[in-house]
Amino acid sequence: MSTPTIPQRSWAQRYHVKGIGWTVLLLVLLVASAQMTGVNVGMFFSNLGQFTNLLVRMSNPAWDYTTVIIQPLLETIQMAILGTTIGAAFAIPFAVLSASNLIHNRWLRGLTRLFLDLVRTLPDLLLAAIFVAIFGIGSTAGVITLAIFSFGMVSKLFYEVIETIDMGPLEALESVGATKITIIWYAVLPQILNQFISYFLYTLEINVRASTVLGYLGAGGIGVFLQRSLNEFNYNQTAVIILATLVVVLVIDGVSNHLRRVLL
Amino acid sequence: MEQATPIISFKGVNKIYSNGTVGLKDISFDIPRGQFLVVVGLSGAGKSTLLRTINRMHEITSGEITVENESVSDYKGKALRLLRRKIGMIFQGFNLINRSSVEKNVLSGRVSYYPTWKTIFGLFSKADKEKAVHSLERVNLAEKLYTRADELSGGQQQRVAIARTLMQDPKIILADEPVASLDPLTTKTVMDTLKRLNQEDGITVIVNLHSVALAREYADRIVGLRAGQLVYDQPIANVAEGDLDQIYLAPEGEKA
Repeated sequence: MSTPTIPQRSWAQRYHVKGIGWTVLLLVLLVASAQMTGVNVGMFFSNLGQFTNLLVRMSNPAWDYTTVIIQPLLETIQMAILGTTIGAAFAIPFAVLSASNLIHNRWLRGLTRLFLDLVRTLPDLLLAAIFVAIFGIGSTAGVITLAIFSFGMVSKLFYEVIETIDMGPLEALESVGATKITIIWYAVLPQILNQFISYFLYTLEINVRASTVLGYLGAGGIGVFLQRSLNEFNYNQTAVIILATLVVVLVIDGVSNHLRRVLL
Repeated sequence: MEQATPIISFKGVNKIYSNGTVGLKDISFDIPRGQFLVVVGLSGAGKSTLLRTINRMHEITSGEITVENESVSDYKGKALRLLRRKIGMIFQGFNLINRSSVEKNVLSGRVSYYPTWKTIFGLFSKADKEKAVHSLERVNLAEKLYTRADELSGGQQQRVAIARTLMQDPKIILADEPVASLDPLTTKTVMDTLKRLNQEDGITVIVNLHSVALAREYADRIVGLRAGQLVYDQPIANVAEGDLDQIYLAPEGEKA
């Protein structure tokens, strides 16, 4: 019997050359991009006074304004729910087609993903501007914009969830002689439903915030009022709008946490 | 000696993986209807591959496999699903849908008897729902009908998997290391259940096992695989004590 030899690591492995190299490269890129784009950190601190000034002017919310914004806020929530639901519904088949553990055809998967990348590339503000031009000022343009935006985002989140599932139940259903659709319904869906709902609500939350911005372009909802208050330097009204939006976001977050606990 | 007509037949079957690894090498043998066959061999000897070629979960490179006198290699789409319907499969990891109820798991064994849209809406007939209860009774788990699958112990999960298989009305059951992740006591329950189905229903059972002791206890016949080759094949009456050691010899140049 020979004495057991401890395997030798190379010099590069011992001093983690790769890890250190990547970290240094990232730092260099970070500093370089800050310099090239002219981001001035000093300016942030020297102009902090203006920021506090704004906060002071918002610190006295005009509470009576609340009654005015309830209606548009509800409209915003409705837009967000509609847009997210439509987007997520369309996202499911595309997420399935993009998941490498379900679709073995590289071309089909690649094509679907390319399409999704394209959708995600389109900025939501551009989409809003286009749809306002097509459908006129109002919430229709907002809903379609949010639907497309949600579709792009949710489909990526969804297919990443699908790729992490346990393949065992799929194998079992396949061995039973089930069709593809039955396999997905019985073996995939129960495994991902939880995270689907969680991501759906997260997207809904983002959409509530996004639709405040879309209002700027005339796509309906609370954004119209946000823009008006800012233009009129009515920061006390702006404060109310921000606080009201915060309440909505908190509620969605609460619902999301509750559902995840219940469904787990 | 008179042989029953084989339900499964391997004729010169080879399997070479795309990376050049040999999975199965020139396998030829028959499995008579109603036999309890145990396949033994080291990990990586090709046991799982052999099992999965029967229901076409794995493809073979050359040769022919027949099930009930029909070559399985040409089956596609619906014909393939009908082949799989009559062959139940049990897995080492149970492969239940953890978040679903035991009832739904068991009923999922029946989906190939329904059109896809009916399975989606869960439109199982009353008879099949009763069949699910009956299948669970046969593995002594009827009281767990509405329990979530992941709340069961490993042995119970494997029995649910057997109940799921029973819903197929299988003629053959393939069990791939069904007891590898179970303790000795639950191992006995699961193996006894498989043996009972073999004897009472006349289902042909093919089990992959690591344990030679278990193989000797339950098998009608033992075949041994080493490096993808059939190196041993004897009815249980002819299996001698030291016989199986040769199957477990490490391949040349890979002494452990």
